[in-house]
Amino acid sequence: MSADPTQVLAFETDCHIFDGCGFPSPGLHSFLFEPIWGDGDSNVYFNKTMLLALLGSIIIVGFFWAAFRRPQVVPGKLQMVAEAGYDFIRRGVVYETIGKKEGEKYVPLVVSLFFFVWMMNLWAIIPLAQFPVTSVIAYPAGLAAIVYILWVSLTFKRHGFVGFFKNVTGYDKSLGPVLPLAMGIEFFSNLLIRPFTHAVRLFANMFAGHTLLLLFTIASWYLLNGIGIAYAGVSFIMTVVMTAFELFIQALQAYVFVLLTCTYIQGALAEHH
Amino acid sequence: MSPLLTIAAEEMENPLIPPIPELVIGLIAFVIVFGFLAKKLLPNINKVLEERREAIEGGIEKAEAAQTEAQSVLEQYKAQLAEARHEAARLRQEAQEQGATLIAEMRAEGQRQREEIVAAGHAQIEADRKAAASALRQDVGKLATELAGKLVGESLEDHARQSRVIDRFLDELEEKAEATR
Repeated sequence: MSADPTQVLAFETDCHIFDGCGFPSPGLHSFLFEPIWGDGDSNVYFNKTMLLALLGSIIIVGFFWAAFRRPQVVPGKLQMVAEAGYDFIRRGVVYETIGKKEGEKYVPLVVSLFFFVWMMNLWAIIPLAQFPVTSVIAYPAGLAAIVYILWVSLTFKRHGFVGFFKNVTGYDKSLGPVLPLAMGIEFFSNLLIRPFTHAVRLFANMFAGHTLLLLFTIASWYLLNGIGIAYAGVSFIMTVVMTAFELFIQALQAYVFVLLTCTYIQGALAEHH
Repeated sequence: MSPLLTIAAEEMENPLIPPIPELVIGLIAFVIVFGFLAKKLLPNINKVLEERREAIEGGIEKAEAAQTEAQSVLEQYKAQLAEARHEAARLRQEAQEQGATLIAEMRAEGQRQREEIVAAGHAQIEADRKAAASALRQDVGKLATELAGKLVGESLEDHARQSRVIDRFLDELEEKAEATR
């Protein structure tokens, strides 16, 4: 067990309990992959995570291409499923938070965000891939940056320079002497911490989920020796349970990510108090 | 390589520092999805959803129109029926009134004719009575003169005196008759 980025599998296969072999616990090294192409030390390389990211986007586009390329007024099965997903985000998230009139413009962005994040999360339990792309901070950070830039520019456009600062600092005269303190806190919270938490919330959930799955998977294998077999069974059951749980968490985190996106956009468009 | 990137490369262990290549690939992957969905696929489905909504609403509107028409036709029909009933009642009433006036007219006419006939009868009787009276007066005068001539035995030649006597006599008779009547 080392932080060797050349390791391909998540753990060593010839290591069992009572064999004088320590538990190959998962860790940060489980999230690093040897480049498939290029040099890991330079910035020109291609690894498993990138492959999954590109493959995932192709799968999403392929799915919606098949469903919506020639849509029918009376939908087929595939179109019906895709429509249900599309409608869920459009009505359930965008219209609910931003409103139908103002929100319509942001529907494509939010729908793309949701299905992209969901797909990237889903890789965690898809056999052979079994790695959530969003557990690498670069991917959620990129998406959060897009949302952040959109939020800042929208706020500027809607409220002007002074209005922007009033909006960001939650300027409210009725606060009286507490106003400077509140403004300071709001400024840091909205402008500096928010994009960070937006990205890390998704990243940390998927990171933790993947670590848990790895832990039980590795334990199931590691305990497969002597009396350990009984415990291996328990561990395997936990693997299955956690996989089901992850399936739920993946969808939930994608939903939370786009819900926050919509809340931020709504905040930028709203009249400041 | 910039110093910052060198630090990033050295500290690959920190999971909160995003590796630049992955950041770029991640953004490219997202832009692919967003591009296809926003430019082609979602406008496609929006058009169809709009068409479907219109089709459904069109159907509903058609049904509503048909219902409204049926309602109006029914009301028209009811109004016509009521009018016809009213008309029939009016006609019946009119006929009754006409019948009543006709009967009244006929009754009046009959009354009038009866009175006419009675009046004509009275006039006839009066005329007959007068004729009979005058004939009787002449006959009675002649008979009385004859009788008086026979009784007196002399011919009353003086005609003027004779008729005066007779007239007076008859007048007295009439007065007596008037008095007793």
